[in-house]
Amino acid sequence: MAAMTPTTPTTPTTPTTPTTPATRYPRLREDTREPDTGAPVRTPARRPRPRIWRGAVLALAGAYFLIPLIASFVFTVHVPGRGITFEAYTELLSADGFTESLLLSLGLAAATIALSLLLAVPALVAVRIGSPRLRPVVEVMCMLPLVVPPIALVTGITTVLRWGPDHLSRTPLYQTFIAVQHEKFPVVLVLAYTVLALPFVHRSLDAGLRAIDVPTLVEAARSCGASWPYVVLRVLLPNLRASLAGAAFLTLALVLGEFTIASLLGFQPFAVWIVSISGAQARMSVAVSILSLLITWLLLIALSRAGTTPSTAGAAPATTSRKEP
Amino acid sequence: MSSTTAPRAAAGTRRRRRGPRTWLAALPLLAFTGLCFGLPLGAMAHGAVTRTDPASGATLVTGEHLARSLQGPYLGSLVGSVQLSALTALVGGVLGVVIAQAVVTSRSAGLRSAALTASGVLANFGGVPLAFAFIATVGISGVVTQLADLTDLGWNLYSFTGLTMVYLYFLIPLMVLVIAPALDGLRPQWREAAQSSGATGAQFWRHVGLPVLAPSLLGGFVLLFGTAFAAHATAAALVGGSVPLVTLKIADALSGNVLTGQENVALALGLDMILIAALVMAVYLPLQRRSARWLR
Repeated sequence: MAAMTPTTPTTPTTPTTPTTPATRYPRLREDTREPDTGAPVRTPARRPRPRIWRGAVLALAGAYFLIPLIASFVFTVHVPGRGITFEAYTELLSADGFTESLLLSLGLAAATIALSLLLAVPALVAVRIGSPRLRPVVEVMCMLPLVVPPIALVTGITTVLRWGPDHLSRTPLYQTFIAVQHEKFPVVLVLAYTVLALPFVHRSLDAGLRAIDVPTLVEAARSCGASWPYVVLRVLLPNLRASLAGAAFLTLALVLGEFTIASLLGFQPFAVWIVSISGAQARMSVAVSILSLLITWLLLIALSRAGTTPSTAGAAPATTSRKEP
Repeated sequence: MSSTTAPRAAAGTRRRRRGPRTWLAALPLLAFTGLCFGLPLGAMAHGAVTRTDPASGATLVTGEHLARSLQGPYLGSLVGSVQLSALTALVGGVLGVVIAQAVVTSRSAGLRSAALTASGVLANFGGVPLAFAFIATVGISGVVTQLADLTDLGWNLYSFTGLTMVYLYFLIPLMVLVIAPALDGLRPQWREAAQSSGATGAQFWRHVGLPVLAPSLLGGFVLLFGTAFAAHATAAALVGGSVPLVTLKIADALSGNVLTGQENVALALGLDMILIAALVMAVYLPLQRRSARWLR
């Protein structure tokens, strides 16, 4: 520790936390100097070991995560006995059901995004400005779907849907039950997906609202004579742009990849379609998988870029516990 | 007159505007979750503990379905799911920590941000596409299987081991994401303080590192367990029915692949799953709160 003291004043101490530069700079300096001088017997033996260990770990991890991707690409373009062909990709557009299922998924995603934002934004803004006592209720309501596996939710949904023909066939409600299960656009899926998306939407919006001072913004706008719709549309939402985009991206990724609920309710959006063709056209199903992965990844990478703007919690994609204070 | 009523009127409008209006804005969300989340769950729980007599239409409360869901092949599937989830969570947790530590201790900012972005992306890579990527890689006619003659070595993707390997693909990145902030929270000063008081590396980990990390580690393990436990799409696209998993059993019962009249057992299985998942969350949430203390 004594060796550190002389270096401390010379380090370019910006007014940050006092301890970090004092410890970090000497460490860096030791690293660069010791291999040259080689003075302490202990350090040269100790230093290289973690590097090898680290390199090996990262190389193994890289191999594990890259090989399936590379291999599946090879699988789609290399046909044994015929060489390299991109047929699996070029025939995709003309494949039976490809466009329909993709459009269905995109439509469901758009409806889910709209519904979940319409529900969550007013509620979260409300608990910020006027009803703090509602906050735990809203939070629990939004987080509960994380506890319930989708497959358990779908058992409940099928039970409820069966009430239609069983008990309500003579009431006007029956038409509602039929309508939400319309094959062209199953509203029931939108409702289920909105439930599944709520935890992610809540987390993203909550982080965004935490980053701005909502009561002050609202007070200021109100005392300048702005109406409530104006406050929400022109003051709050622009400030929440990044987290709204984050919530929308996550929901889109979720809906595009969702399989369980749709397949068990008997609809055929994108993920279900991939499975349905896998038996007859294995190559194409893998090709579509790669493409859908690429799309999802681009979305999520775009999201994490957008999330690097002040504390909108770019870590939102997965269930990280990381939250900026 | 106006001087006495005006302030009260102003206060009145303010209160009226503040209280009820904001409360109303939260109402659609609460009504929606009540209807679209509460109703199915209520129906599931109701169906799991009641039986409708087809002749009279009377509904009786019965523990029969729950009891059946804990017997025979259904119990086997629950146990299989718990085993698979525990194994993958354990392996994924350990490997995730090792990788996160390698990323965090390397002082390259580029590697760090690339690894964390990749983890965020890969942790979301479950489901059908993942299953097909592995089928193309190490399935029966997969590329690596052919290249390395894995079949001769006894490799089978459509098995418990194969499923473990697939699940790890999204569980390890999830663990990296969860644990990296905690590893960051281990300040270098602590290690230096330990070293300058003569502690070895092992002693540092035993007395400082692991106690500080313990809540995050357990929390991560539990989160991985819950994720693996609830996963259905990957397993459905991959193994079909060759590995007993509770999600696959529920799907079978719901889609009528087995004897009719099993729907209520499926509901009971769903209830079992929620109970296990709720237990998992009950462990996870306090742990997460505790670990937040060290992560600032």
